[in-house]
Order: sequence, then structure tokens, then C-alpha cells
Amino acid sequence: MAIQQLDTPERVNRSSAPEITLSGIGKRYGASTVLRDITLSVAPGEIHGIMGENGAGKSTLLKILGGAIGADSGVVKLDDREVKITEPRDAIAQGISLISQELALIPGLSVLENVFLGRWANTGSLLRSGRDADHLERLLAQTGFELDPRAMAGDLPIGQQQQVEILKALARGAKVLCMDEPTAVLNEAEKAKLLKVIRSLARLGTTVILVSHYLEEVLGLVDRVTILRDGQHITTEAASRHTPESLVGLMVGREVDFLLPEVPPVPSEAKTVVQVAGLSSSRVKDVSFTVRQGEILGIAGLVGSGRSETLLAMFGADRTTSGYVRINGRRLRANSIREAIKAGMALVPESRKEQGLVMSRPVDENIALSTLSGRSLGGFVRVAREKAAVSEISHSVDLRGARRGSLIGDLSGGNQQKALFAKWLLNPPAVLLVDEPTRGVDIAAKARIHGMIADLAAKGTAVVVVSSELEEVIGLSHRIHVMRQGRIVAEFDRNASRDEVMTSAFLK
Amino acid sequence: MTTVTVAVSKPAQKKFKLNVRDFGIVFGLIAIMLLLTLNTGTFLTGRNFINLFDQAAIVGLLAAAATLCIVSGVFDLSSTANLAVSAIAGVMITQHLGVIAGFVGALVVGGALGTVTGLIVVGTKVNSFIGTLAVSIIYRGLAIVITGGAIVAPLPEQLASFQTWTWPSLFGLTAGSVLMVAMTIVLGIVLWRTTFGRRIYAVGGNKEAARLSGIRTGSIHVAVFAISGLCSAMAGMILASRAGSAQPAMALGVELTAIAAVVIGGTSILGGHGAMWRAFVGVMILTVIGNGFNLLHWDTTYQQVVTGVLILLAVAADGLFFRKRAG
Ligand SMILES: Nc1ncnc2c1ncn2[C@@H]1O[C@H](COP(=O)(O)OP(=O)(O)OP(=O)(O)O)[C@@H](O)[C@H]1O
Ligand SMILES: [Mg+2]
Repeated sequence: MAIQQLDTPERVNRSSAPEITLSGIGKRYGASTVLRDITLSVAPGEIHGIMGENGAGKSTLLKILGGAIGADSGVVKLDDREVKITEPRDAIAQGISLISQELALIPGLSVLENVFLGRWANTGSLLRSGRDADHLERLLAQTGFELDPRAMAGDLPIGQQQQVEILKALARGAKVLCMDEPTAVLNEAEKAKLLKVIRSLARLGTTVILVSHYLEEVLGLVDRVTILRDGQHITTEAASRHTPESLVGLMVGREVDFLLPEVPPVPSEAKTVVQVAGLSSSRVKDVSFTVRQGEILGIAGLVGSGRSETLLAMFGADRTTSGYVRINGRRLRANSIREAIKAGMALVPESRKEQGLVMSRPVDENIALSTLSGRSLGGFVRVAREKAAVSEISHSVDLRGARRGSLIGDLSGGNQQKALFAKWLLNPPAVLLVDEPTRGVDIAAKARIHGMIADLAAKGTAVVVVSSELEEVIGLSHRIHVMRQGRIVAEFDRNASRDEVMTSAFLK
Repeated sequence: MTTVTVAVSKPAQKKFKLNVRDFGIVFGLIAIMLLLTLNTGTFLTGRNFINLFDQAAIVGLLAAAATLCIVSGVFDLSSTANLAVSAIAGVMITQHLGVIAGFVGALVVGGALGTVTGLIVVGTKVNSFIGTLAVSIIYRGLAIVITGGAIVAPLPEQLASFQTWTWPSLFGLTAGSVLMVAMTIVLGIVLWRTTFGRRIYAVGGNKEAARLSGIRTGSIHVAVFAISGLCSAMAGMILASRAGSAQPAMALGVELTAIAAVVIGGTSILGGHGAMWRAFVGVMILTVIGNGFNLLHWDTTYQQVVTGVLILLAVAADGLFFRKRAG
């Protein structure tokens, strides 16, 4: 394996990961206690999973360890030595690197510059980018990531941005790697690659602490798993003693049906709702398909294959160069989001932070934003109606952690995703375009969102689902289109196997 | 189907806690006022309050408009240049068509110039800070062109009615102060409760998310600049009314005082966050400090130092707040 090519100093570094002991860690935000009395130890070279429902406090715990936020109480010990971690640089100095849920690259810098951010190789103060480039070359070989060192970080798809984050941590010679839902943004192949990288890092002595909502992934990867619920530590046990069911039981604390819902077949007389004809933009080429009433069309493909861009072009958000979209026979004016919305189209975008939510505003306001005029009188927002509508939809997506007036940026990642979904369901859409609908949501919420998509379809909504999770696409959709390099290259029905779909997405 | 059952823990208890950051600035204002009340015999008098509000009128109107701009994610540095042009236009129209026509004309000119500023900024996609700086230079130049650099004044027999805005009205406050308070309240409600206000916050907080929600972000910005132009014209009328004349260099630099007041009140310069009452509180703090220096016979040179320190403190608090939130 490529990892053997590491040069010696780094290998020495890696094999000396400390034992981490957290004791009595507590954290509050205003009136709400987010973590209470967390006591936990992680052995050197261990792959340690942290699981729990949305809002359980997983990210908060990792952020405390990574120095992104400070704990209110408790101590962190490394090999029995108490350490003060109040800033990210304290953590980095101790060899702890945090790769957070919301990636934090500098968009205007290249991959190379981001990886070695602030610690560029230099002689005096002259930068020696050649040396950095060699180093990056080795890291790329080691991880198997395919990245252009000169590419602008901001131009990369989310999946690749995350690879840059991982490289950044490796370049710092991290001995402890804390990853918050690293696989949530990856496709199958990238996921497999990452898991392999994690395993080999651990073999060389790096400790990996990993938050994930994927049961099988955690069970197949980690040595031990810690469960948090409502900010409390429930258990830490060897993964081998768990089954998916036992994990869910401990996390959720109630009955959950986490299988994909039954999607009823589309009645043969269902009429065509969406017709996309020869749609092209700078990132998609000549895309044509139709979706019938009550039908769920899945779009699979690699990151950057044009899946999300197809949705954006349909929605009028990406400038199209040719082709058109018809909804119920009526041709939409090109490049008009408002017209798409008026025709009953809704788009749950891929990135909640960049495209979906206004982080500085309250939850209610965010959810109501796209349907404001429907609940206004003479330009005034009818607040009571808005509150009623929002609370109903919040309930049906199981949005939690939102107190009166809380900002959406203060919700946990998974709950933000639920809010984003809620926003576009407030007025039941005729056409629902969803991009990674369950990114970052816990297993129970995921089942609920799947159920809602299936329900909407059963009531006649035409749905287009884009997801990097093949099970999700295959399990939910009536038909599946596979995209590659901006084009639709294959079409399958719902009995397609994973392998078939994978193969057609990868073929060059 | 797989089902498992485990006990659910109780939800955390709710507690009430006043957010210091939200209202701290109000306590700041109250503290300064208390200090002045205790240290001078003249602060807490009706006359002084009438005076205070009159002094606050110009900056107050500009700060109310600046709040809309800043919350929506833009700056309007052309506001006082617009003020000068519309005041001059108002005076010139007054000379020919009378006082009422003059005031209406000033508003029309202000609103039109604001709209033009907005169209330029949105159309060219330049950073609003630079864009409006350039526009402000153009407008000041325009003011010199139409006046030939001279002071313009209404005809002598028009002067008395032209100075309406300095007359006492509601509660003895000058008409100009009342206009400022009324505009602050109206724009405050617009920002707080209307769909337009919601969209202003959304555009300033995350333009792309706003766009994908079907909001015409460009139109929102043009509208905000237009309102800013109207407020500039109102401030221009009051200023001209007070001086009995208008000239191209009117209110030079006051746009920055207005922005400072907005920031001191606690509205974030990053956009998407803030409120109208904050602008009012910020304006009052600046005005009361100026008033205090006068009443205490302190050297007004230090007033600038104090104002500068206040701005720094406010911005630092803002940065701290957002860093915490981002963490
Ligand atoms: N800055 C903040 N202010 C107030 N509350 C916050 C803040 N940050 C997080 N919280 C709250 O802390 C709780 C735990 O959040 P955290 O992000 O750790 O959850 P999580 O377990 O990572 O969830 P997810 O699976 O959804 O990512 C949530 O209820 C969240 O609303
Ligand atoms: Mg999280």
C-alpha cells in the first residue's frame, strides 16, 4: 500500500499518539446544557466512533477537543498530562487536528496553499513552494486522492474540499484526527477510499475519532464506539459487541423503523409533470428526461458529474445556454427562479451553509423565507400564521433544539438540514428537486425524511433525488439516471443493483 | 422492521436569561444620561431634550437609512452627497415654485438619485463601498455644477416658511426631530415586520440562499438605496431649513458618523443582523456625548477620541460575538 512510502520523521511522529482522557467535560449555551459530565478515554491508535442523534452534542465534543470552542468544565489529559486547549492552535500543537462538519478552507487559495496553510516551507521568510509541492505529492500518493495542487479550493466540489482538509491535517503530522461526519459529503468510491485511509493511518498509530450517522460504516471501521444522548455519555463499548439495532436503540431511546419506505409504483395513467429537453449550461450537456406525477427519479453519479448542476439549471439558478423545462406542459422562462417557484418547483440545495440557510436569522424566518408572500397582508408578515405553519412543518420533520427566536446557525448540523427540508415543504410543491436530502441527519430523521419524500410522491408530487448514497437513490427512486461529465449516460429501473449503477458512473 | 425501545431522558429545564449583548447598549446610554443628570443641572431639562433631538435629526435620518443598507449587505457612502444635491434642488425649486414644491422636489430628487446609485451598484456589481464612494464624488461635483459653487437661498419672503423644519411641533420638539423619529419608527417597522424587511435580512445574511429562495436580490438593493436617497433628501431639507440656505459642501463626512452610530448601536457590519432601534440608540449616544461635553464645558477635542474609542469597542464586541458563533 502506498502508505509505506511515508518518510521517516512523519512515521515516528505518528506512532506516538497519546492516550486521550476526557473527564467531566461540560458545556452550556445560555439556558441549554449541551454536554454534561462527559468522561471518556481513547487509546493510542484507536479508531473511536461517536454516535448519537442530531443535537446530541457530538460536534460540540469534537470542537472542544479541537480547541474550536472552550468547555465550561472538565479536563483533557494526554498521557496523564493535563492540557489546556482553548484555541485551535493549542490542539494543533498537541497533534490534534479537527476536520469539522462545516469545512473551513480558504476559497481563494490553491489546494497546495490550503494544505500547508500558515506553515509553508520557507528559508528565512522566502517561501519554498517546491518543497511543499513535493510533500503534497507524497500525501496524495499516500491517500490516493486525485487533486490538482494548483486548483482553487473554492472551485472544488465539496467532496474534494474535504479531501483537502484531510491532507491539511496529515501535513501537520496530526497524531489525533477528529473527523466530524467526514463521509457525509462523499460518494461511495470516495467513502471507501477514505475508510481505507483511516484504517492505514490507525495502523501506523494515529488515533482517529470519528462522528458518523452511518451504522454499518461505524461498525465495520471503529474499535470502540461511544454513544451520546441529550449531551450525556451513554456507553463506550467495543464495536464488536454492537449490532445496528443495539446502536439505534441506545442513541434514540425509542422505537425506530430505519428501513427505506415502500415506494408505491407510479400508476400507468399518471401524466408527465416535468419535461426537461436538451438542457445545457456551462456544467451540464444536453440533459433530457421526464418525470411523471408521483414518480421519483434518482440521479446518481460522482461528485462533479453534473447532478447538482442539473437541478440548479432546472430551477433557473444556473444560467442555461440551450434547452428548456416544461412543468405541466407550460414552458418555463429560462433562468428565472421565481418562475420556477411559481410553477410549483422547490429545490432543497446541496449545501445548507452556502445555498440554503441564512445563518444569522432565526429558524422560523428561514423556514418561511421562500413562501413569504403567501403569508402576508399588504406587505406585512402575518406572524401568527407564519408561526403556526412553521411549527407544524417543524414537527413533521422532527426539528429539535430550536427555542423561541434561536438562530438557525445555533442548531446542530442535522437539525439545520431538517429545517432546510421543512422550508421547501411549507407549501407542498408540485415538483420537488432534492440534493442530498439526508446529509448529516441521524438515522431516525433520515427514515422520516425518506418517508416524507415517498409520501409526497404518493400524493402526486414529481420528485428528482440526487444523492451520493446509492442505497438512498436506488431505494427511493422508481427510475435512476446516471450522470457522468455533465451528461446522462445510463438509465436503470428500481431493480438495478448497486454494482450496475456504480459501474456506469465510473466508466470512462 | 427493526424496533428497539429504551427509556427517554427528560428534556432540559428552561431558564430565563437576559441577553446582555442585545440590550447592553441601552444600559450604556442610560448610564451616560444618569452621569450627566447627576453632574449638571441642565441636562435633564425639556429645553435640553428638545435641543438633543434637534441635533440628532440629521444623523438620525441618515443612520436609519444606513441601517437598512448595512443589514442588506451594502454601504451607502453617497448619502450626504445626495443630501447636498437634493437640498440645493429643493432650494432652487423653492425660488421658482414656492416652498411646498421645493420640499416635494427635494424628495423626488433624493429618491431618484438614490435609485440611480442603487442601479449603478447592482448593475456594475462593484463593491458598494467603492461604488458609492465614486458616486458620492460625482454627486458632490454635480452640486458644484448646478450652483456654480455658490450658496443658494430661498427668496427673502420665503425664508420664514422655508424654515418650517426648525419650528416647534409635537411635545415642543422641532418638526425636523419629529420627522426623524417618525422615519425611524416607520423604517423600523418595515425592517421588523414586513416581507421586504425579511428579504433585506436574508439578502444581507446570505445572498445566494436568498436568491435560491426566489428573492430578487438586485431589486432589494435598489429599493434600499432609493429609501436611503429619500432619507438623505429629508435630512437635506432639515439642514437647509435650519441654515436658510444650501451649498455643495453640506454635511460633508456625516455619512460616516451615521455609519458609526449604526455600529455603536450593535448592528453588524457583516450584514444580515441588526435592528432599527439600535441605530436610534447609537445616534442618541453620540448626541448625548456631544451634549455632555458642551454642558460640562469640556474640551470638545476629546469628544472625537471618545467617539473613536466607542466605535472600536462596538466593532470589537461584534467581532467577538461572531467568532463565538462561528465556533
Ligand atoms: N452556538 C450555539 N448556541 C446555542 N446552542 C448551540 C450552539 N451550538 C450548538 N448548540 C446546540 O448544542 C446542541 C448540540 O449541538 P451539536 O452540534 O454538538 O450536535 P451534534 O450531535 O453534532 O448533532 P448533528 O448530528 O446534527 O451534527 C444542539 O442542540 C445545538 O442546538
Ligand atoms: Mg454535528
